[in-house]
Amino acid sequence: MGLFTELKDSISRVTDRLFSEQEPKRIGIYGPPNAGKTTLANRIARDWTGDAIGTESHIPHETRRARRKENVEIERNGKTVTIDIVDTPGVTTKVDYEEFTDEMDEDDAIRRSREATEGVAEAMHWLREDVDGVIYVLDSAEDPITQVNTMLIGIIESRDLPVLIFANKIDLDDSSVKRIEDAFPQHKTVPLSAKEGENMDEVYENIAEYFG
Amino acid sequence: MPKATNADDSDGVQIDLISGERMDSMATMEKIRMILDGVHDGNIVILEEGLTPDEESRLIETTMAEINPDEFNGIEIETYPKSETRDSSLLGRIMGADESEAKLTVIGPANQIETLHKDETLISALVSRD
Repeated sequence: MGLFTELKDSISRVTDRLFSEQEPKRIGIYGPPNAGKTTLANRIARDWTGDAIGTESHIPHETRRARRKENVEIERNGKTVTIDIVDTPGVTTKVDYEEFTDEMDEDDAIRRSREATEGVAEAMHWLREDVDGVIYVLDSAEDPITQVNTMLIGIIESRDLPVLIFANKIDLDDSSVKRIEDAFPQHKTVPLSAKEGENMDEVYENIAEYFG
Repeated sequence: MPKATNADDSDGVQIDLISGERMDSMATMEKIRMILDGVHDGNIVILEEGLTPDEESRLIETTMAEINPDEFNGIEIETYPKSETRDSSLLGRIMGADESEAKLTVIGPANQIETLHKDETLISALVSRD
């Protein structure tokens, strides 16, 4: 290799490193299926970029591939925070295609379950390798003390990633934010309804504070 | 190291209780393989000291790769939830608070084990044959 090429590569490595420090942090939106992760990702993306990220559905495992929305600029208190939002498939330890057969034919249900399993594996891989912080979304009308939640919060903590817990669906009658606060007292819990857009000011203040 | 033998008797549910000592000598993928092989055979696997968070993450990933419609729907896994009083601060971890994190873990085929109740000190599960 010539001297010039070596020098060029060396400069390129240094500039890559310099600029990588300024790259937006990748914030993964994690949680169990049907917690409202994509609804939240779409709400944030629409509020700050005008575009949506993915399709929302009441059928579990609608999101079966991690999707990234780059350079989402959030302005809070005169400061601008730029993040990449990664909407991830809901994490579970089991997928049964028969769960979907009420909504679609068997072939589609089997295809959906296969894609869902790949999506969960992909979400775990992103968590281990590629996210800088986590928004953990829970349906506040459901019991938060499940094995998946306990394990995922443990995995996030073991990687020392900053994490915010979002108690979603506060518009539902059965919603209990306290149940989530009591389950994970070591983390900040922010109540919201991503669907109705309730309490989004507090959501953005916390995103700016934790991930800015 | 001797392997757990599989019972031929199809009338019962085999339970393998794996000691922390046995797990200590195994690599991550050996542990995951042992767990999933047992679960594929319809066994309930009980780990005296559970898995680390990283091992749990790889167990989920490997389980997903092995799910097959009509054959294997995945796993049910239960450990005690984290105690509210546990010290998860940086200082706590430096001081070795995480040493006591090893917790009994129950793993079984998703279609055979159902959690009835779980709190910080009790896991109650219903195990069926199929």
